[in-house]
Amino acid sequence: MAAMTREETEALIQEVLEVYPEKAKNDRAKHLAVNDQSLEKANKCITSNRKSLPGVMTIRGCAYAGSKGVVWGPIKDMIHISHGPVGCGQYSRAGRRNYYVGTTGVNTFGTMNFTSDFQEKDIVFGGDKKLAKLIDEIEVLFPLNKGISIQSECPIGLIGDDIEAVAKVKKKEHGKTIVPVRCEGFRGVSQSLGHHIANDAIRDWVLENRDGDESFPTTPYDVAVIGDYNIGGDAWSSRTLLEEMGLRVVAQWSGDGTIAEIEKTPKVKLNLIHCYRSMNYIARHMEEKYSIPWIEYNFFGPTKIAESLRRIASHFDETIQAGAERVIERYKIEYEAVIAKYKPRLQGKRVMLYVGGLRPRHVIGAYEDLGMEVVGTGYEFAHNDDYDRTIKEMGNATLLYDDVTGYEFEEFVKKVQPDLVGSGIKEKYIFQKMGVPFRQMHSWDYSGPYHGYDGFAIFARDMDMTINNPCWKNFKAPWKTEAASDAVKAVA
Amino acid sequence: MPSVMLRKREDGKLLFYVAKKDLEETIESMEFDTPDKWGGEVVLGDGSRYYFEPTSPPPKIPTTLQAKRL
Ligand code: SF4
Repeated sequence: MAAMTREETEALIQEVLEVYPEKAKNDRAKHLAVNDQSLEKANKCITSNRKSLPGVMTIRGCAYAGSKGVVWGPIKDMIHISHGPVGCGQYSRAGRRNYYVGTTGVNTFGTMNFTSDFQEKDIVFGGDKKLAKLIDEIEVLFPLNKGISIQSECPIGLIGDDIEAVAKVKKKEHGKTIVPVRCEGFRGVSQSLGHHIANDAIRDWVLENRDGDESFPTTPYDVAVIGDYNIGGDAWSSRTLLEEMGLRVVAQWSGDGTIAEIEKTPKVKLNLIHCYRSMNYIARHMEEKYSIPWIEYNFFGPTKIAESLRRIASHFDETIQAGAERVIERYKIEYEAVIAKYKPRLQGKRVMLYVGGLRPRHVIGAYEDLGMEVVGTGYEFAHNDDYDRTIKEMGNATLLYDDVTGYEFEEFVKKVQPDLVGSGIKEKYIFQKMGVPFRQMHSWDYSGPYHGYDGFAIFARDMDMTINNPCWKNFKAPWKTEAASDAVKAVA
Repeated sequence: MPSVMLRKREDGKLLFYVAKKDLEETIESMEFDTPDKWGGEVVLGDGSRYYFEPTSPPPKIPTTLQAKRL
């Protein structure tokens, strides 16, 4: 299928909106747009970060998911209590594939689920006592934990428990960092507010722990990797590149990260932000309070990696700048081989994306390195500033969809007929059943890492093995293929 | 009176950021921008106008300040 013109894309949006009642139609119309690269600001064409419409299928999560699942969860040596009923934590347990090193249950706790398992009586009489007891039990059973965070689920805010008071008392008693996080699921319109709340909790309860303590020896090349959750090992394949160019990575936020790393972050020289959406808040705070500048970078695909490495290096002296060039040169043979192998197989393939708050724009470069084209993209929970950063990355007249509904996404895919859809687990099986090759772009479909040069090789292989999988040719029942119907006709 | 975070972009322009409003805009012009008086009316990239109480000396950027919407 040839690229769609602006008029065709607009007509497609109108057609899809047709089924909605008047009010819903007006609302959804604001969230669907045709990309126009000439625009400087996204608010001229698309509305984002608004409440989803009741009655449609949204793919968003809740504030608790944003705090516990995304920001806090990967900090491996802390225990994160899912405070409230058991389900919120149990059904999301270990689903995000934040890799870490350590002995689970002894000194790391990433894939475990700790919950206060609220019962009726806790709702009626309050759960503070239970929480206090739970913290004491944790101290006995898991003495090597380095801190505890209390992640509030919906009921905590509803019944008015005072988790801050419990945290303060227990902090004194056990001498450990205990952080109450008010990330009840009902707050805000999506998981995005949960990220913000989690950032604020880190700011208020952890970040200043080592202010005034100069015992940590620093170097002029200290950086922190912020907003890399080490999904499938992403942070590791990023970290090696930074270290090879001569930088010292002091902290990983928060994939494979520890609370000590977080406490040391105010001592670094530069903060590197990968996931802008979920951690820009803390970077802005550190810039203001500790005068640490921050920059966004992108480690998907060789073009963007080289761009980012040079950009990062420009904040340091010549040794680092030479280091960046050395790294790019060193991996050149490798990534050129990857492109030589896969580009002929993937050239011209069209992709539609619908992911969280960063990847809908960050992975575009990696696809383009493979000769593919992203023809539609959208975010679950992006804000205006994310779409500002997206407009220039996307081609003209491509589709943008914000908080797309299940119905809209299906219709778009039917009409645009991409060769690949990249989205989450909830969308996966719908599209696979429709016969459209699909990759899960939240947790890399049990694969990864995708960051860095090493990740790019895996990314390219995965895309190839999905798109060019022979199964798509066998999608039609044998008696419904053309050859078969010809044969049937011949017999008749 | 929104709390505004001010920071310098790489190209030297001032960025005006209000977390609560998802507003991230460049400051296009500022009434007073001299070493001994800073603030007054500012015009943002999207044309909206805000007012900072003039201060002296100028604040150390990055910082958070209160601004009035005009
Ligand atoms: S919305 Fe509330 S009940 Fe549902 S998962 Fe989130 S915190 Fe739990």
